[in-house]
Amino acid sequence: MRPVITVSKLSKTYASGFEALKSVDLEIRRGEIFALLGPNGAGKTTLISIICGLVNPSTGTVRVGGHDIISDYRAARTMIGLVPQELTTDAFETVWSSVSFTRGLFGKAANPAHIERLLKDLSLWDKKDSKIMTLSGGMKRRLLIAKALSHQPQILFLDEPTAGVDVTLRAAMWNLVRSLRASGVTIILTTHYIEEAEEMADRVGVILEGELILVEEKTELMRKLGRKRLTLHLAQPLQTLPASLAVYRLQLANDGHDLVYDYDDALGENAGITSLLRQLADEGIVFRDLQTAQSSLEEIFVGLVEDRA
Amino acid sequence: MNRYAMAAIYTFEMARTRRTLMQSVISPVLSTTLYFIVFGAAIGTRIPEIDGVSYGAYIVPGLIMLSLLTQSVSNASFGIYFPRFTGTIYELLSAPVSYLEIVIGYAGAAATKSALLGLIILATAALFVPLHIAHPVWMLLFLALTAITFSLLGFIIGIWADGFEKLQMVPLLFLTPLAFLGGTFYSINMLPPFWRTVTLFNPVVYLVSGFRWSFYGQGDVSVAISLAMTLGFLVLFVAMIAWIFRTGYRLKT
Repeated sequence: MRPVITVSKLSKTYASGFEALKSVDLEIRRGEIFALLGPNGAGKTTLISIICGLVNPSTGTVRVGGHDIISDYRAARTMIGLVPQELTTDAFETVWSSVSFTRGLFGKAANPAHIERLLKDLSLWDKKDSKIMTLSGGMKRRLLIAKALSHQPQILFLDEPTAGVDVTLRAAMWNLVRSLRASGVTIILTTHYIEEAEEMADRVGVILEGELILVEEKTELMRKLGRKRLTLHLAQPLQTLPASLAVYRLQLANDGHDLVYDYDDALGENAGITSLLRQLADEGIVFRDLQTAQSSLEEIFVGLVEDRA
Repeated sequence: MNRYAMAAIYTFEMARTRRTLMQSVISPVLSTTLYFIVFGAAIGTRIPEIDGVSYGAYIVPGLIMLSLLTQSVSNASFGIYFPRFTGTIYELLSAPVSYLEIVIGYAGAAATKSALLGLIILATAALFVPLHIAHPVWMLLFLALTAITFSLLGFIIGIWADGFEKLQMVPLLFLTPLAFLGGTFYSINMLPPFWRTVTLFNPVVYLVSGFRWSFYGQGDVSVAISLAMTLGFLVLFVAMIAWIFRTGYRLKT
């Protein structure tokens, strides 16, 4: 299937000389949720801003739905809805007029029924005649989402959508994102909350210092880079490890009460758990409990960032 | 053309006008009324007729022009500066709208507002002095043309300004002095020859003169020159806006 967004050799150097993007190539598949991860200043917002038309690219091209974002900007932009990172709203407008304004701006005839549905979905209906300045931060965030969806875009960009949003609202927001995806909308989000990417995304891209260092199916990424850790809670604490176990690179933790074994999940049966347990029995080491843990996307991400530093 | 977008911007801006009706209409009408009381009734009766027109009536076109210039500029500059200030400009930049459509929406609304204001001031003036409009069609044409031209200038200033001070600086430091010295309250023919020549470099002279011609059939310079100059400014400002959008000046990085 043809990708819905194709970014080719996209670079951006700001007037200050700062290289925000370095020859980025990226394809976004229709209907997926794509999470763009990266520390502050890595180039996430610059990338989104170029695709949406807020920043001029230095070199390279972007196609949205097959339309070049510069020569065919009308067709490209009509497909996109953008929820910016900052809560930028018109203080004196009402919720209703603000959402209607955006719909008109994107070239669509008025459709009160659609806007009503949208405001109800986002729990803003009872605020429709309120001035925006009277809204709470969370409501403003939802208003920005309503605005971005006012013209029924096929692609939705969410730039740090849950920054400063409480837990209940965050859950509601992710439900909305899921239902949008179910209706065929492609979603690209940036986030600091890696657990969100872990929970929501189909694919993950990691951007660091203007370079897209990795794009991977989330499950594949976690399988490839994910480590597993087996922790054995010993019946008797150990001071030192028997030399025969050196090959497993075990670590003692918790004053010798815990024995920790890190292994690569991808190795499957060859991970050495069976032989480790057998050898422990041979050495007469008794454990009373055990647990395994899988590394989170966050740990993978931190590992990637540290590898580059 | 994205006519929905133009309509959205225009309606949005006009709604802002309605919200701020008091400031937008009352204050210019009040200040103009004060001018009429002071220059028309109080001092004006002691000033002889100029070009066969009583002083109170003579200053009407100039006063309307003064309001038209400052209001067009401040409306349009505020209209585009405010979204830049609050950050809501992102919406405009990410929307499928052409630059021309953006300008038509913003400058169109600003021009509508200031032209309406000009007409309100005209009606107010009619309460104080006997008015005679020799060329009503031309009067409306000059009114519309000036409102549009200076709304475009306001748009440019709104893009250029990086603070509210700069936004107010141009109307305050340039437009008002130029309007006062451009024959709003007197005929430039009353000036000594040297100062008359200097005054001819003041663009407002041509605007006021043309407008006054449409009322009383005579101006400080010929109406053809007035019209040519007004159109000249229009073309100049359109060119500047075209450059702004081509380069993304102050809008895009």
